[in-house]
Amino acid sequence: MKLKVVRYLDRGEFPLGAEEALALYRAMRRARFFDEKALTLQRQGRLGVYAPFMGQEAAQVGVALALGEGDWVVPSYRESALLLARGLPIHTLILYWRAHPAGWRFPEGVRAVNPYIPIATQIPQAVGLALAGRYRGEEWVVATSIGDGGTSEGDFHEGLNFAAVFRAPVVFLVQNNGYAISVPKSRQMRVDYIAQRAEGYGMPGVVVDGNDAFAVYLEAKKAVERARKGEGPTLLEALTYRLAPHTTSDDPSRYRSKEEEEAWRQKDPVLRLRKALEDKGLWDEEREKALLEELEEEFGRELSLADSAPEPRPEEIVEHVYAEMGPDQKRVWEALRRGLHLEEVG
Amino acid sequence: MRVLNLVQAIHEALDLALARDERVLVFGEDVGRLGGVFRVTEGLQTKYGEDRVFDTPLAESGILGLAIGLAMGGMRPVAEIQFAGFLYPALDQILSHLGRWRHRSRGRVGLPVVVRAPYGGGVHTPEQHADSPEAILGHTPGVKVVIPSSPERAKGLLLAALEDPDPVFFLEAIKLYRGVRAEVPEGYYTLPLGKARILREGKAATLIGYGGMVEVMLEAAEVAAREGVEVMVVDLETLVPLDEDTLLAAVRETGRAVVVYEAMRTGGFGAEIAARIAEGAIDYLQAPVVRVAGYDAPYPPFSAVEHFYRPNAKRVLAALRRVLRY
Ligand SMILES: Cc1ncc(C[n+]2csc(CCOP(=O)(O)OP(=O)(O)O)c2C)c(N)n1
Repeated sequence: MKLKVVRYLDRGEFPLGAEEALALYRAMRRARFFDEKALTLQRQGRLGVYAPFMGQEAAQVGVALALGEGDWVVPSYRESALLLARGLPIHTLILYWRAHPAGWRFPEGVRAVNPYIPIATQIPQAVGLALAGRYRGEEWVVATSIGDGGTSEGDFHEGLNFAAVFRAPVVFLVQNNGYAISVPKSRQMRVDYIAQRAEGYGMPGVVVDGNDAFAVYLEAKKAVERARKGEGPTLLEALTYRLAPHTTSDDPSRYRSKEEEEAWRQKDPVLRLRKALEDKGLWDEEREKALLEELEEEFGRELSLADSAPEPRPEEIVEHVYAEMGPDQKRVWEALRRGLHLEEVG
Repeated sequence: MRVLNLVQAIHEALDLALARDERVLVFGEDVGRLGGVFRVTEGLQTKYGEDRVFDTPLAESGILGLAIGLAMGGMRPVAEIQFAGFLYPALDQILSHLGRWRHRSRGRVGLPVVVRAPYGGGVHTPEQHADSPEAILGHTPGVKVVIPSSPERAKGLLLAALEDPDPVFFLEAIKLYRGVRAEVPEGYYTLPLGKARILREGKAATLIGYGGMVEVMLEAAEVAAREGVEVMVVDLETLVPLDEDTLLAAVRETGRAVVVYEAMRTGGFGAEIAARIAEGAIDYLQAPVVRVAGYDAPYPPFSAVEHFYRPNAKRVLAALRRVLRY
């Protein structure tokens, strides 16, 4: 079985209306802006370990914008662009990456689950969340995302099988960026495309050029539509590349070449979409400048908000372990509340 | 003698084992080309080839299953789990298979598997990278648990683990990887598993711990000594099998004990130590055994509060004061 890779940009096609195309671009440019700022903040010691997504904007934003308001996203750790496009405030995202407790409580109304660090455990959970929507008569669609490496985990396979069996309204996005930290795709699987596996579970599998925002967005829309109509899950594989290190503590020069990175830089999804918009007369240098100013202003505002978050309290470490604190947590919590020092708490 | 850190000492042990025994295989996530996220296996793939030092798919359950099959087939696998907090997907393989094969085959099939995993906190790692799951492993019949606290011990203990006929979990404190340095003998040597060490003599009380907590205990002992209180410090080093003789002798000598561990308090391995002391040395005790541990909550992923959770010398000293006052 051979799958065809869906793409538009290289063929000079422009399959969207101006408004939709511009919305995609703005969201992707905003995400890229965040990523660049986050890397700078990290280098300044003003952010913790951070996982950049640069290069994967089309995959994440394309899926985010294909969802409706009541739908959910269950992301992994590299999905900041997905979260931003779903409406997570920038200051919350900064606090999340600062590992500040306030950043780990997403605002009501943002239908996104905190990203997971353990890989693939979110996959069966996304299926459960989708089924919950059905039980509640709301039929929300759930989009969940994972990397190519993550598809080797048992939970990925178990989750897909469950979704197919229960016809759960889930869109499984695989961001195939070619590497799991240093381990290349060829060390993860013996198939050309992860999407080929879909047939084995009994769901459609689609491969898209993950750096082509049109392709991701349109195929994601079809998958969401299918899910909403009760036709079950779809496995959507986006072929892409992360242009930055795995995290801010990684050194990619140890496992991939400058030439390879450069080749992918030529396919930068943000620049590609911008070029298509410019060719259509929908974008130009001036509009870009105005957008960047707007983003700079927004980021400054949001950063101050994040900076003014109160210092975490020591007693927060025993809060929210249970709905009601048990005696072990309470003992510590009350002592710390009374201002006792930890050595007095024991 | 050369001074090495923990990473270098463990690397040297793996290098020697690969060179000496064709059956030894080293594998896990990112251990090959990258040399491991902590660089413990750096250069080993180049030296021994991709068949003996290799990257696996990202699947902990798969890694443990592979190790079990390889050991059944006569190999000596050394599997790395990238962080001990990611052992959980493999628990089924560990609890259901790895620990039981010798028993369920009535002694016919033993599984000489070594599983290495970085564990513990103190270095601002992200969520779940700082877990200390030694009690879960220690509660699994059929496996051994070793947690070294110094480079020269780590080298000899890892080589001994590789010679051991049973599965051994070898947990490496992340805080110590580049944080402790010591003279390490050249060449191949083993140190017996199942022996505790007295690191410091003293009559007032006994501090008991292992791994990343050893330096915390030593710091507390140093401060106490400056105040004129000499305490004994015991590094357990092997949790399973536990060196109860050394442990109980040390407690009998002082009559007072503080157990230090960084996992959550309830059901932690320190609870086991306290129970053993109660069972074996109650007549000598002049104060209740006191635990200094993490709290009953997930290890905080919030770097700003991490130091509240992880036991430090101040908390150990406060516990010491409690047992001395009693
Ligand atoms: C269960 C589990 N095992 C190991 C890790 C350590 N780890 C973090 S990211 C990563 C690689 C993931 O690669 P992939 O799924 O391709 O996603 P990408 O980082 O490329 O987006 C590994 C091994 C983890 N977080 N969770």
